[in-house]
Amino acid sequence: MSDEKKPGLHSPLRRKLLMGMAALPAMSLLPRTSFAQAPATSAINTTGLAVTDTEVTVGILHSVTGTMAISETGSVQAEKLAIDQINAMGGVLGRKIKFIQEDGASDWPTFAEKAKKLLVNDKVAAIMGCWTSASRKAVLPVMEQYNGMLYYPTFYEGLEQSKNVIYTGQEATQQILAGLDWVSKTKNGKSYYLIGSDYIWPRTSMKIARKHIEGKLGGKVAGEEYFPLGHTQFNSVINKIKLTKPDVIYAAVVGGSNVAFYKQLKAAGIDLSKQTMLTISVTEDEIDGIGGENIAGAYACMKYFQSLDNPNNKEFVAAFKKMWGEKTVIGDVTQAAYLGPWLWKMTVEKAGSFDIDKIAAASAGIEFTKAPEGYVKIHPNHHLWSKARVGQAQLDGQFKVVYETPELIEPDPFPKGYQ
Amino acid sequence: MFGDYSIGDLGAIFAMQGFAGLILFSVYVLMALGLAIIFGQMGVINMAHGEFMILGAYVTWMTSSFFQSHLPSLFSGYFFVAMILAFIASGALGMLVEWALIRHLYKRPLDTLLATWGLSLILQQAYRSVFGAREVGVELPQWMMGSKQVTDTIEVPINGIFVMCLTLAITVVVAWIMYKSRWGKQVRAVVQNRVMAGAVGINTEKVDRYTFGLGCGIAGIAGSAFTMIGSTGPTSGQLYIVDTFLVVVFGGAASLFGTIASAFTISQAQSTMEFFMSGSMAKVLTLLTIVAILMIRPQGLFALKVRK
Repeated sequence: MSDEKKPGLHSPLRRKLLMGMAALPAMSLLPRTSFAQAPATSAINTTGLAVTDTEVTVGILHSVTGTMAISETGSVQAEKLAIDQINAMGGVLGRKIKFIQEDGASDWPTFAEKAKKLLVNDKVAAIMGCWTSASRKAVLPVMEQYNGMLYYPTFYEGLEQSKNVIYTGQEATQQILAGLDWVSKTKNGKSYYLIGSDYIWPRTSMKIARKHIEGKLGGKVAGEEYFPLGHTQFNSVINKIKLTKPDVIYAAVVGGSNVAFYKQLKAAGIDLSKQTMLTISVTEDEIDGIGGENIAGAYACMKYFQSLDNPNNKEFVAAFKKMWGEKTVIGDVTQAAYLGPWLWKMTVEKAGSFDIDKIAAASAGIEFTKAPEGYVKIHPNHHLWSKARVGQAQLDGQFKVVYETPELIEPDPFPKGYQ
Repeated sequence: MFGDYSIGDLGAIFAMQGFAGLILFSVYVLMALGLAIIFGQMGVINMAHGEFMILGAYVTWMTSSFFQSHLPSLFSGYFFVAMILAFIASGALGMLVEWALIRHLYKRPLDTLLATWGLSLILQQAYRSVFGAREVGVELPQWMMGSKQVTDTIEVPINGIFVMCLTLAITVVVAWIMYKSRWGKQVRAVVQNRVMAGAVGINTEKVDRYTFGLGCGIAGIAGSAFTMIGSTGPTSGQLYIVDTFLVVVFGGAASLFGTIASAFTISQAQSTMEFFMSGSMAKVLTLLTIVAILMIRPQGLFALKVRK
């Protein structure tokens, strides 16, 4: 952490002076700006959040133990990096960000309990957290009851919108439609084999994909399959795929199953450089476990890849590796998690206040031009405008970007005709 | 769904499907053998079985990294070294656990469930601290990847053949140890009557320790083999534990033959049904069938003896 001190602002002398003056009733008569650059706490924090004259506290709530630690570790790292960078630039409204980290332990009731603890006991000004939809659904009522602000990083199934949540990942239509359009056009995809893990996100995503394939693209769905989470044997479905010979395999398999799925595809002789495979659940993080040689050639549809070639991203990747080690990889969700603290900082500064209601109202229209993915803007429905990109997995575990939507895609969490 | 295919195509698909069932069968046997010894023969409900497997997988990963950086010329053969090391590592950890934990609980078999469950959580967190929360990718030598073309349409995955051979070899060795060797006799004697076995001069503590170590060691080999088909992460062991217990309990806990028969039944049912319906439904039906059979035969398919 950078402890850069600006003597004029943070010297002990000034603190003493301020403390002395706080006792003077006359102080309230003087214009505040003449004493400090930062606005007074009482003005920007009217609801008793953990904001002092020098610090503001936020919460980080992810799983660092349990099954989901695999995925959520990257998000925690990205959020800490963003907080560090913001602090190095002077913090938010002149206050350094301090964070309290809680462990959701891959257990949804624990997430709810920890969220409540962060809001009620610690009075955090915002929470960066959650990963799975299940954890978000558990935390949502807590956020709404105690009026907190959650920055949620994962791409997810949509069908949700809350005053108390900013969704920094893509909702389903943003991620799915552009990718399908691309594969139908460039790979001449007519028949599709849909395969996913059996829970809400893949099921909702596949529903949207099927409607789009059958309704808009004029293709057909050759098969649709779901497997229990943690399933490790895919030989039967691979035979079915061989039998139906689809133009495109469309996959949303997650977790440990993912690794088994690609290893067995490879072993069964399905060559991904010939068989088109489009996945919405594999990022650079997953390839670490799958192994580049097992998935090279497959396409993934995301909004961010580590290999994106723009100055923002180069800076971000360098800073991330400097902080967390040369070998770490950055996936889509990790980047989305990085956006959270920045969007919050900008919203607070626009609102001129830490109050949750004011932040919720000020969020719409916030633009982040330094985003590693390029440029993002918060929509009034609290999701982000973002581009969709298609990348092809390479042997070294990175993606080569082969397509990018020309325009930002409007987030549409309640898509008409796709439900 | 078969309308559009020629007889030849269909034949090929059924051949490959049959092979998929055999691979699943080998995987189940390999998973269950270690537990069949520990749970079946010793009566210890070892919830940490999956974690012993993953230790084997991590050992394989470390061996592969070591060979890659230090002995690249021998890389194609590293897997055999890795399996031996995995056996030693998991077996040694197993003996340590037996000495520190399990031996105090032989008289309270149900408590071993809780103790080993706790152990599995400890091991998971230990892996997470040592190897990181993310999954690691184990690189395989070239000859173990891809598939073998039998005819134009029939392709057989090489790692599937490898797992089948390995399973066969280990099953034969375990069966010989348990039923033919002098030491196997001692193990069975201790299981049947600990006091009496001690009275005739068998060192029961030593037998227990080595048996537990053997079971864990086999789990290590299984974990090592599964790096070819599955993931290697701190919690990957959890993916296997339910199926493993299913196979052992369904087969009749005390019978090695039962374990093999039950692995065969479950794997064939599972892979055939998966072909005709979705994966989740196939699992549901398999589990329902097993529950129904266990209601009629609570002792499992092949119960040789019922221990009091």
